[in-house]
Amino acid sequence: MKFKLNVWRQENAKSAGRFEKYDIDGITSGHSFLEMLDVLNEKLVMQGKDPIAFDHDCREGICGSCSLVVNGRAHGPQEAATTCQLHMRKFRDGEEINVEPWRAGAFPVIRDLAVDRSSLDRIIQAGGYVSVRTGAVAEANAIPISKDVADRAMDAAACIGCGACVAACPNASAMLFTAAKVRHLNLLPQGQPERDMRTIKMVEQMDAEGFGACSNHLECEAACPKQISADFIGELNRDLATAMLRARGASGNASAGG
Amino acid sequence: MSTQASSLTNTTIGKKMVMAVSGLVLFGFVIGHMLGNLQVFLGPDAINGYSHTLHATPVLIWGARSVLLVAIVAHATTAISLARLNRAARPVAYAVKKDIATDYAAKTMFWSGLTIALYIAYHLAHLTFGMTKGLGYQHLPFDANGLPDVYHNLVQSFRVPWCTALYVVAQGALSMHLYHGAWSLFQTLGVNHKRYNETLRSSAVAVAMAVCVGFLAVPLAVLFGVVK
Repeated sequence: MKFKLNVWRQENAKSAGRFEKYDIDGITSGHSFLEMLDVLNEKLVMQGKDPIAFDHDCREGICGSCSLVVNGRAHGPQEAATTCQLHMRKFRDGEEINVEPWRAGAFPVIRDLAVDRSSLDRIIQAGGYVSVRTGAVAEANAIPISKDVADRAMDAAACIGCGACVAACPNASAMLFTAAKVRHLNLLPQGQPERDMRTIKMVEQMDAEGFGACSNHLECEAACPKQISADFIGELNRDLATAMLRARGASGNASAGG
Repeated sequence: MSTQASSLTNTTIGKKMVMAVSGLVLFGFVIGHMLGNLQVFLGPDAINGYSHTLHATPVLIWGARSVLLVAIVAHATTAISLARLNRAARPVAYAVKKDIATDYAAKTMFWSGLTIALYIAYHLAHLTFGMTKGLGYQHLPFDANGLPDVYHNLVQSFRVPWCTALYVVAQGALSMHLYHGAWSLFQTLGVNHKRYNETLRSSAVAVAMAVCVGFLAVPLAVLFGVVK
């Protein structure tokens, strides 16, 4: 198969980027999108040119590293899949393909198609943890959790932190990511002690990173390779409101507000 | 933590909640206004009497006006602050971007809102302050019974083609705004559940469409001579 690629090239976060056109031939329908870029990069290296930088690691859809906007869609045209799971058979022979990085102020470009997503890590650091007793491993059934709750928490925990929700959102909002991470722990009994603090701190960190606000476009849900439901966003909103009310009540009793 | 915790409205989520609550108040007003307008079908006495009741009860009219003013100011200022924030969140735009889930109404909330705001200003000047110069009819503050002559002013206005055209454009903007907003506000306030989401969304859309039909019924009735 042959393709005409239109790829974003950018030296670093400070320089201005531009699109470069590449013609590539000899690709099979079995090549994954990233393998196609590997083939192109080998050619570029042979020609003494800079290869195209892009993030990748596991190449089986679980690490959340790959991050390409292909033909205007985060992770490309295939539903419920990451870029590494996308194969060239999804494209027409000779098709022109546009490749861009995740675009958000909170995701500065490192080089070409690779962006810095440590803003998501900082949201996790702000409250994405639970307190546990150290020592011997607790008996697995010591804390009963109903199947409904376990399933729901698992649905939220499926988030691989790739940032496709941010990339797809018209406002570059990280609400689906934050909602999934907050709700995953807030649903479980182990997450209750830090529940309110977690919700408030993770939301505040999300805002501090400069992500946009949620306008309920639902583009995030449609782009998510793990099909995480935007219902979690509504639940995060509810958790934040109750957390703030409770925190306000607590501080009001202690120090008459403020 | 207590200083941070006391400021829900400093978070983007809190700002969205301000949008949702003020939007809900304005949505309620729009439904009330539509029901008020529909009284034109009951004849001049009904609608003029309704207006008289409102005006003769200062608590009612000034209470409603104050709540609406607060809601409008909150809705507009928060909208501007969120729009700026959202614009800043993506400094470099995509060269190619496809929409999968969103729709035209959701993407143009700011512009439909601005259209409605401009229409409200014109609408107040026209009917509340009675500025009808150049419209080819006389604004009548009172009818023969001394009641506010809403009926006369309404029917005469809809006989002016460009008044009706502006009204239809504003209704288009309003229905699009409600099409997204009436559902969106529940999601923002966290009133959602897997089992009821579909029903909630379709009911919100149905109510928004009913408002559109209700408002458009009046100029159509004037056009076809049902209301004279």
